[in-house]
Amino acid sequence: MTEQPILALEGLRTEFATGQGAPVVAVNDLSLTLKRGETLCIVGESGCGKSLTALSILRLLPRPYGRIGGGRVLLEGRDLAQATDAEMRQIRGRAISMIFQEPMTSLNPVLTIGRQIAETVMVHEGLDWTACMGRALEMLRQVRIPEPERRLHEYPHQLSGGMRQRVMIAMALACRPRVLLADEPTTALDVTIQAQILDLVRDLQAETGAAVILITHDLGVVAEMADRVLVMYAGHKVEEGSVEEIFDAPAHPYTQGLMQAMPHLGSGEHRSRLNEIAGVVPALNARPPGCSFAPRCGLATDRCRQEMPPLTGLGGTHMAACWAAGGSQA
Amino acid sequence: MSATTLPAVAAPRSRPGLLRRFRRYPLPSIGAILLLALVVSALAAPWIAPHDPFEMNVVDRLVPPGADYTFGTDAYGRDIFSRTLHGGRVSLFIGVSVAIASTAIGLLIGVVAGYFRMADAILMRVMDGLMAIPGILLAIALMSLTRASIWVVIVAITIPEVPRVVRLVRAVVLTVREQVYIEAATAIGTRFPRLMWRHILPNTVAPLIVQATYIAASAVLVESYLSFLGVGTPPEVPSWGNIIAEGRLYVQIAFWNILFPSIFLALMVLSINVLGDGLRDMLDPRLARRL
Amino acid sequence: MGSYIARRILATLPVLGVVAVIVFLLLRLSPGDPAAIIAGDHATADDIAQIRRELGLDRPLLEQFILWLGQLLSGDFGNSIYLDRPVLGLIAERVEPTLALSLTTMAFAILLAIPAGVVAAWRAGSWVDQAFMALSVLAFSVPVFLIGYGLVMGLSLGLDILPVQGFVSLWDDPLGFAAHLVLPTVALGLVYTALLARITRATMLETLNEDFIRTARAKGLAEPRVLILHALKNASVPIVTTIGTGIALLIGGVVVTESVFAIPGIGRLTIDAVLQRDYPVIQGVILVIAGIYVFVNLAIDLTYSLLDPRIRY
Repeated sequence: MTEQPILALEGLRTEFATGQGAPVVAVNDLSLTLKRGETLCIVGESGCGKSLTALSILRLLPRPYGRIGGGRVLLEGRDLAQATDAEMRQIRGRAISMIFQEPMTSLNPVLTIGRQIAETVMVHEGLDWTACMGRALEMLRQVRIPEPERRLHEYPHQLSGGMRQRVMIAMALACRPRVLLADEPTTALDVTIQAQILDLVRDLQAETGAAVILITHDLGVVAEMADRVLVMYAGHKVEEGSVEEIFDAPAHPYTQGLMQAMPHLGSGEHRSRLNEIAGVVPALNARPPGCSFAPRCGLATDRCRQEMPPLTGLGGTHMAACWAAGGSQA
Repeated sequence: MSATTLPAVAAPRSRPGLLRRFRRYPLPSIGAILLLALVVSALAAPWIAPHDPFEMNVVDRLVPPGADYTFGTDAYGRDIFSRTLHGGRVSLFIGVSVAIASTAIGLLIGVVAGYFRMADAILMRVMDGLMAIPGILLAIALMSLTRASIWVVIVAITIPEVPRVVRLVRAVVLTVREQVYIEAATAIGTRFPRLMWRHILPNTVAPLIVQATYIAASAVLVESYLSFLGVGTPPEVPSWGNIIAEGRLYVQIAFWNILFPSIFLALMVLSINVLGDGLRDMLDPRLARRL
Repeated sequence: MGSYIARRILATLPVLGVVAVIVFLLLRLSPGDPAAIIAGDHATADDIAQIRRELGLDRPLLEQFILWLGQLLSGDFGNSIYLDRPVLGLIAERVEPTLALSLTTMAFAILLAIPAGVVAAWRAGSWVDQAFMALSVLAFSVPVFLIGYGLVMGLSLGLDILPVQGFVSLWDDPLGFAAHLVLPTVALGLVYTALLARITRATMLETLNEDFIRTARAKGLAEPRVLILHALKNASVPIVTTIGTGIALLIGGVVVTESVFAIPGIGRLTIDAVLQRDYPVIQGVILVIAGIYVFVNLAIDLTYSLLDPRIRY
């Protein structure tokens, strides 16, 4: 525990300015730490603020309304929330890289694959173009793309979805980043391709020692990849712990709900969604005063509806924000 | 399009209300008010114009703007202000007539082209051919065919505007046909007039209103160009283009001859265009992307 | 690729054919006797009959058309009635000023409009964007002659740097040529600039919302590179298309601008021909201009695959 975390969020608050009145808060008081070589999975339904957390780290929130409204984003102790735009450009793609959900639309359709990888290298390492293209070729080999010499000069539309995601990974890792943010990297892909891409991320992580924040709504992916897990609901962290702690004893009713909605491995019911949690994530500007999950929670009491539960330690690294969970442990 | 699922925001969508509209669309509202002022001044010209626009006065030739003549006088001693007010009537009449005529003809041809496959190929080739001839050039050529009159000007400006309307209407008809057929198989049996009234016309109204507005603006401008070049409205009619064309000769010594009618002309075209942009944004966001 | 080009060229033939039919019918379908119109107010019946014979107006319509088309295809656009000289020769004499003005105007507009449109889209909603867009509506609405005379008056008042009238050939005096083009280019260019700036802004706005723009930023690229290499290249096809179709607008403006600045170009030729009812010249001008328009747009079509690798023929 003495090792300094490579990345830490302290009370991150991400908000969107609205035409009139107070901004709406999309991510609220979020803290996390990430150690060298570690994989942290952020889990939750869409609309819970997972992607915005990643975009906040890179300061790529949608302009002109999105902004970091408070808290610190510490990269090896340095606060990125206070960094200048020029400093952020140095960090993006070099210290921290990101892979996006949609490989079909995340690559530029009018530039060759090689060029898109090589320009990252050129911008950050100032090598000449031949050297950058050499690195691009090397990266394509590393992400196991067949016939890399040919692919280098092809355009994204000539590749399959899985291949494109490999290219995204090659691009993200081209400058050996210390942190990789992967936002639902396999959601848009076929099941068989999903497994290959996850294997690839894990192998490359082992090779390069990068720390990974993997954003997903798929607990199957979490079980396979995570060292630690952070569950988000409606912009709040509601539970955090090691992967064993979370899977063995999920404490927050939301986490439990997600677990029940997960198809059991090997049961052959992969895509059928049994026990889905009823209801939807509340809109940003329509969040209830108490626990955000209360309207969908079977265990909710009056207290839950009026008072926000604080994060409470449950032993080890495990913590959850639920009146019921805290009570049961005490 | 974006892969990042932004958290849903139940945005407070605009509620109707005149003041609210104005604040949401300040520019179009200003355009509408300006246009209204120009229309009223043109319609009321016979009553508010201080002089007879045709009355010549050899003593008061090329008088600068001042107390007697607000906008000065022309080479025949006629009052520019009165002529400009009357010129607004001509421009307005031509703008509105061209907009209505080209929209009506375009709608008819567009529906026929969109509905009857046989006619489509021929009609669209004709439209392509018309569009290959720059509008003003075609209008100038048409003007040469017969003795000039306001009606000939209207025809000459209308013909080059028709193809754009046809393309728009045809595109709508084709889309609507697709949708209707997907919606219900029975629609194949739907009779043409019914399809037309129930599905096609309602879908063309919004884009056509926007298009007609732009056409009106363009027609006002083109009329002034034709008259300016000496091939437009007959010279005895005090249209803005004619006032300017006569004033060109004296531009160095009596700039007011062209300045004031030009400003009125620019303001009218501007206010119609701004109104068109506003209508487009309000009625038809898809069209907004095209231009 | 080769067969695509061939197909595209073939596809322009019907358009050119239709233009020829329209131009042919212009005169024949006009109300009144074209021969009488050409002959003018003081012509005798004999004069009219002679003109009718000369123009072949006494033969069946289809025969007239085929004869006329055959002449066109052999490069014979007829003779000017007024000057009794070949139409193509007259056009060739007037082509330099018009071509020069069109090209400088396009260059001026492109250089001004694309940066303006890109910046407006980049800072969409800001005051810069609103100012640019307000200016573009204004430029769209102000008649060319107001801008033209405004420039002429402004310069004639104090500075005597630029000539305000006429034209000098590039071959006679390159500096004078450039000087004479400055004011007409600005006067004419603003409308075309407004058109291009609007389409640039609209397509850039769409492109800047694409996922790959976020990817480019996430790689640490600086904004100029994101905007120009990543966004503008993607937005280029609609912009280039509008440059092509906008030529129709440009030509209309050229006619007026030539009149304002007393430039002896094709616009002047056309107006003189209309005033003199010199129909072969009017027809020749329309055919040549429409032909240029069709071929420029064909050429633009063929560049699409260079701009966007997804477009394959």
